[in-house]
Amino acid sequence: MPLIEHIGSYIITMKGMFARPENKKMYWKEFMHQCVEIGIGSLPIVLIISVFLGAVMTVQTAYQLVSNLIPPSTIAVVVRDSMLLELSPTVISIVLAGVVGSKIASELGNMRISEQIDALEIMGVNTKTYLILPKILASFITVPMLISLSILISIWGGRFVGDLTGIIDSQTYDQGLMKEFNGFNVTVSMVKALTFATILSSVSAYFGYNVKGGALEIGRSSTLAVVVSCILILLADYIITLLLLQP
Amino acid sequence: MIQIENIKKSFGDKTVLHDISAEFLPGKCNLIIGTSGSGKTVLMKLLVGLFTPDNGKILYSGADMVTMDREERKQLRQQIGMLFQGSALFDSMTVEQNVMFPLDMFTNDSFEQKRKRVNEVLERVNLKDTNKKFPAEISGGMKKRVGIARAIVLNPKFLFCDEPNSGLDPQTSMVIDRLIKELTVEFNTTTVINTHDMNSVMEIGDNILYMVKGYKQWVGTNKDIIFSKDEQLNEFIFASEFLQDAKNMRMLEAEGKIPNQ
Repeated sequence: MPLIEHIGSYIITMKGMFARPENKKMYWKEFMHQCVEIGIGSLPIVLIISVFLGAVMTVQTAYQLVSNLIPPSTIAVVVRDSMLLELSPTVISIVLAGVVGSKIASELGNMRISEQIDALEIMGVNTKTYLILPKILASFITVPMLISLSILISIWGGRFVGDLTGIIDSQTYDQGLMKEFNGFNVTVSMVKALTFATILSSVSAYFGYNVKGGALEIGRSSTLAVVVSCILILLADYIITLLLLQP
Repeated sequence: MIQIENIKKSFGDKTVLHDISAEFLPGKCNLIIGTSGSGKTVLMKLLVGLFTPDNGKILYSGADMVTMDREERKQLRQQIGMLFQGSALFDSMTVEQNVMFPLDMFTNDSFEQKRKRVNEVLERVNLKDTNKKFPAEISGGMKKRVGIARAIVLNPKFLFCDEPNSGLDPQTSMVIDRLIKELTVEFNTTTVINTHDMNSVMEIGDNILYMVKGYKQWVGTNKDIIFSKDEQLNEFIFASEFLQDAKNMRMLEAEGKIPNQ
């Protein structure tokens, strides 16, 4: 399908989500279920990646800061700002595009192929509203939470490894964290988190919902969903950085 | 009653349904039969609103589904139950949750009321002690029965069954056919069944629409089929020698002679 058709079809799918729910209680239940699936389900991988991101960042920054004129607390400043502005939002979103995005695409693809979506349609359920909207809303709520947690954990990881290896002691690291802190960086981080959450959930849902064919197509659409989500996340990352952080 | 008038449907350059008109009667098992590619699945998808016809009317008790707005269509769909070829049960839900789903979505009943209704319909389709099982843990025939239970839980006026016997052994197929027939008569539903199972045709075909390459070829009952002079229908129905012999026996009983002999 040509790109322009995909864009049109994506817009139509997203537009179709906005309809009055048949039963608010059921939609709330589905939303909470998705929050648990996306939020709690991704927690272990986010925690593990964050600890290592912070640890590697600390060791690498120390390796690159060879001048004695630069105070060691700068390591913490670099780790903090890198995590906040770029690494946590982008890396975690790309990981989530793989973990959550492929799950959303394959789940909806399987429902489409096995006629479960048709069954819901025939019952009178608006399937776009019931199946896609809760996933996007749940991502919108839980992904920024996961990214916030990732920022904290990665900074802690850097502190722990810095202390463990003797690169930087905890006290100096803490001092560095307090130095020249710019609150706007948190805003940038959350703008990125919300944008990436929308991209990874909506793109994956689009590819899954519109699967045609058999089991092989589910795998293909799942892979395509992850690839397209990652590219769009990186593109959005660049645009947001350009718009919000251009000196 | 469902009536279709001059239904036409094309996909690109290919016309799959040509000017089809038919009636599907309440309290009867209305069968759509035909070879693969005859357009019966497309016709069923048009009837339930999954496709929109290029031309023609689909009248549900006189109201045209094609021209209905979203809300009217939603109301109508709550009167429709459908059994899918692969049952289309929700994998992540238990049998009880599957059957309860339409009640959860469209009624304000208490949990106890809903559970009572679920148990009633599960008992009606002869399924007991399966409430807590997942679809992956039950047999194909049981899945079909759960599909039927889910389709009838809201007391639909219209019941659609897409290949209800596909993938089932002849004995289980007969059980499903009889169950559909009983439910049709019991609740006076307008039941439309898409099949190419000849046992079903002979067993429950109250009103049969035979289609060939997107055209309506023949309409009648399971009793008329035996005496049909339509060559294409005879070729389709009595494709096997066994069935041809059975037909000859019936003809011999009825008319004292075997045709063409």
